[in-house]
Amino acid sequence: MYHSLADAIRDAEASGKTLAQVALEAESRDQGRPVAEIRDALGRALGVMRGAVSRGLVGDLHSTSGLVGGDAAKLREGPGGPLVGTPFRDVLARALAVQEVNAAMGVIVAAPTAGGAGVLPAVLTGLADARRLGDDAVIDALATAGLIGAVVAQRASLSGAEGGCQAETGAAAGMAAGAATEMLGGSPSQAGHAVALAQQGTLGLVCDPLGGLVELPCVFRNATGAAIAMAAIEMALAGITFAIPVDEVIDTMGEIGRAMDVRYRETAGGGLAATPTGRRLARERLFQIKRSGG
Amino acid sequence: MVSLLDIIGPVMVGPSSSHTAGACRLGLLARCLVGGTPEHARVELHGSFARTGEGHGTDKAIVGGLMGFRPDDERIRDALGIAEREGLDYRFEKTTLGEENEVHPNTVRITVERRDRSTVMVGSSLGAGRVLVTEIDGYPVEVTGNYHTIVLVAEDIPGSVARIATILAEDGINIATLRLTRKARGGDAFMVIEVDEAPDEKAGADIGALPWVRWVYRLDKVSA
Repeated sequence: MYHSLADAIRDAEASGKTLAQVALEAESRDQGRPVAEIRDALGRALGVMRGAVSRGLVGDLHSTSGLVGGDAAKLREGPGGPLVGTPFRDVLARALAVQEVNAAMGVIVAAPTAGGAGVLPAVLTGLADARRLGDDAVIDALATAGLIGAVVAQRASLSGAEGGCQAETGAAAGMAAGAATEMLGGSPSQAGHAVALAQQGTLGLVCDPLGGLVELPCVFRNATGAAIAMAAIEMALAGITFAIPVDEVIDTMGEIGRAMDVRYRETAGGGLAATPTGRRLARERLFQIKRSGG
Repeated sequence: MVSLLDIIGPVMVGPSSSHTAGACRLGLLARCLVGGTPEHARVELHGSFARTGEGHGTDKAIVGGLMGFRPDDERIRDALGIAEREGLDYRFEKTTLGEENEVHPNTVRITVERRDRSTVMVGSSLGAGRVLVTEIDGYPVEVTGNYHTIVLVAEDIPGSVARIATILAEDGINIATLRLTRKARGGDAFMVIEVDEAPDEKAGADIGALPWVRWVYRLDKVSA
């Protein structure tokens, strides 16, 4: 798989292909599997993603600790703000939905990780449904997202324990932004700028879940991650470019992650987890988990 | 080599790809080392695994893996109760396996016993569900679980690689990678062989029957 998005963009534009096509071809070469088989596997992942979106929107799930749940349904049915009736609000609801399923130990696709699993299905299925695009378009977008994630994995990290939340919901926002930009007709180069625009907005984001549980703020950070992706898509499709090349933005994320104090890397030692309320809630909820044997 | 399908995946039970899915895969690999569900398991959690494992279901995921559950198996939620019914006696401990910068934050040492076999494995969950086994019975290894893998320790004699390659070829098994390391010339040689097809019992037994092979393990592919 590509180690540089600039290389993938150059190959795609030189041959008049999409990033999805060059990603699928590279994967086919690497793994010795036909493209059709890889698309089938991505199609199965899409099925699980759609299942998690639907399941979460029902609104009856609660996490292992009871700290989160039911908020996706509020965003779908509750009182409206300025985004009511827009695909943007629907995307936010879907991001919460998938992450609520995850927190309840339901089945999701870790893309790129479980903690950041809400962003990609929310943005891709939300925008595809709004534009009435079929599953083939979303499967291509998943291939593009996989390419972006693979570059991030090789150059930086996809682990909150290594790089903080910028490596999870941040990477997810970059993947969703680049993939959706292409899905909506943007060029490979525009998709690259979308990745950079999304990733720059999440640089330095810490991983600070209460009690180390993938619940709070993770559920909400998937919604805000999706919002950053939406902003990046809008800017990139408007022709806005980001002056720092996308690979360098990704490298920066890796560098910040390596310098990040261990308290901010999924250890529940700092950030929101270390606030007085964060500590109290974690203590109460962990006690409850132990007592219930769950 | 990073695969698209590792990034868009795995399909898994939440809530954490490193602390739940990766932990489950490490449990599956430890299970392979004793050829089935162990009777006893001692699980020593290091770093972030120790600090935040409980809330992530790391305990359920490792125990589920030891019982052969894959990361998308919803029985993981109830793995601790199932283990008690199935007679898997497990014990969790928190430990420090090394300096913060030397040991990956999500690392576990699993000691498993089944019938007359007992083995110790150290592995890390690298993020996004990817894992790396770094030590088996004190020998340094690098096993990712992305392939079916054969791990063996043999006397360091000429022709050993050729002999093993022949056995695999006779069983129609194609070698993807082969790494041989040894502590000293003429000392024990450690071989990690990643293969494309699942080696059957016979291939394992044939290799194990070679007089200069001390022990051999087959590890199943555990990636998505």
